[in-house]
Amino acid sequence: MEHIHHALKFKYDLCIGCSHCTSVCPTCAIHVEDGHPILDANRCIDCGMCYQTCPMNAIYIEQDDFETIYNFKCPVLLVPSIFSAQFPEKVSQRAILSAIYHLGFKYVYEVEKSVDVLKEVINDKVKDESAEKPIISTFCPAIVRLIQVKYPSLVDNLLLTKPPLDVTALYIREVLVERGVAPEDIGIFYVAPCAAKIAAVKSPVGEEKSNIDGVINMNYLYNKVFRVIKQGVYTLREDEFDFHPLSKNSILWSLTGGEIKDIPTGRNLAIDEVHNVSAFLDKLENEDLDDIDFLELRACDESCAGGILCAGNRFLIAERQRKRAKQRPKTVTPQENNILNYKDYLKDNMAVGEVQPRSMDKLDDNISVAMRKMKKVFEITNDLPKVDCRICGYQTCKALAEAVVNNQADIRQCIFVQRILEQTDKLTTAEALKITKKVWGEVKVDKDSIKHLDLE
Amino acid sequence: MHFEYNVEGGDFTNAGTTSSKVKKMMKQLGVDPAIVKRTVVALYEAEVNIVAHAYRGVIYVDLEDTSVSIKLVDEGPGIPDINQAMQKGYSTASPEVREMGFGAGMGLPNMQSNSDKLTVNSVVGKGTTVEIVNYF
Repeated sequence: MEHIHHALKFKYDLCIGCSHCTSVCPTCAIHVEDGHPILDANRCIDCGMCYQTCPMNAIYIEQDDFETIYNFKCPVLLVPSIFSAQFPEKVSQRAILSAIYHLGFKYVYEVEKSVDVLKEVINDKVKDESAEKPIISTFCPAIVRLIQVKYPSLVDNLLLTKPPLDVTALYIREVLVERGVAPEDIGIFYVAPCAAKIAAVKSPVGEEKSNIDGVINMNYLYNKVFRVIKQGVYTLREDEFDFHPLSKNSILWSLTGGEIKDIPTGRNLAIDEVHNVSAFLDKLENEDLDDIDFLELRACDESCAGGILCAGNRFLIAERQRKRAKQRPKTVTPQENNILNYKDYLKDNMAVGEVQPRSMDKLDDNISVAMRKMKKVFEITNDLPKVDCRICGYQTCKALAEAVVNNQADIRQCIFVQRILEQTDKLTTAEALKITKKVWGEVKVDKDSIKHLDLE
Repeated sequence: MHFEYNVEGGDFTNAGTTSSKVKKMMKQLGVDPAIVKRTVVALYEAEVNIVAHAYRGVIYVDLEDTSVSIKLVDEGPGIPDINQAMQKGYSTASPEVREMGFGAGMGLPNMQSNSDKLTVNSVVGKGTTVEIVNYF
């Protein structure tokens, strides 16, 4: 099995074993063992639902050490346009930019700089009669992974084009080398609004290696930049280097509906939030909805404004982003956005390899074995209470049944099964306790840990 | 494995429930996504036919190691001339209905192109039986 990188990690020292993460996971990738969540690397799509729900902040998102930017003579920051919408409205773009330079970056580019080029490629694809429709956007990496694991029949619909992040990185390298910067001196650091984007940089789908040298979490940079601004230690820069203002549509691109705004022809839909997307893809798989041309699908509610590394309320961030967009013209000229002068080079280097499905539903590689297992799963699920209480450590009764069939769990982890077995003397209290402790750890069922409850 | 599902005539809201369930199982078995797609398209079409034209029906699904066989038995008006109905573009729909994009005469031909074996039997005034077989 290929190694799949995940940006979400658990801090067991902070985890209280509440299993909220288990319950919200849209791909059923988390179960509890020994009082802590265990992640199934093949199922996780890095959507971050678990991160958002964790009451203990016991899930963190790994990032590269910020200090590594100083390993490069020419550190470049690649920042999504949503970054500036994190700040209160009175904080100017120029102040944010100056503070970033103050931190040591030589150049700053916005990710969506390449949207002006990318949208042409998308429109060509939408007009292409031979393309598999609907074309599904690959902008949101959590969606790409969702389709790989849950909707393998739809991988051929994925747009095999680099997302804005990678196209802009391609441009940055090209333009800086032209300006005489040595290639080895260029270090491109990407500011990620979510875990999925980090995972996509660390193990890109359909590509060998990413063009990005390091990843910085958006809320980390927000705090760092805001502190510089608050303390007023930066010098306001007059020059903007390549940080030319984006077009209106490029600013709106990462919000819900942003991509399809740039597609004037055909029937195009924008759907956000992972459960909404799942429901739609279920429908798409069932029915022949071939009159839809393009699907913009985003894992987060309010798209990137709802990214789990955003600092603040998603609706306020989206509102600020829209306000910023309103002040800009719909399109920009090559004089305003230099990337348009590199259109041909970028278009030639924009394709990515095929995306491979890796179905999470498949019970076995051998159909006969899978059939036997499926039968067993049905039988076990039928006998289980179907209350999905998670006391067994799994998200649902069916998930427990599947784990049992795959020899990963004991059916006696079910509290209802325990009660039934106890009635027929097939399970002692001591044995039941041992099983429960294997799932929830020692503490939760330790009789000495009760201090305030009056159980007499 | 054998399954049975009931379909109510006129219940468009729930049309597609059976194809959705069959799809889920085929995915669990690890059947080639292209075959899953074909099966679901054919079954969905057949399922909607019951909802649109019959009073009620039962769908029998047999999943084997190498194939899926689906038998849809409905109580309904039946099809007077099956050979005609199998022809692309043949439709009994009125111009008004066609104008809305329905009754294009592609239902049965579409099912045929998405199944390895398709058998249609019908008795006018009694009902129609459709059998779809796809091999893995």
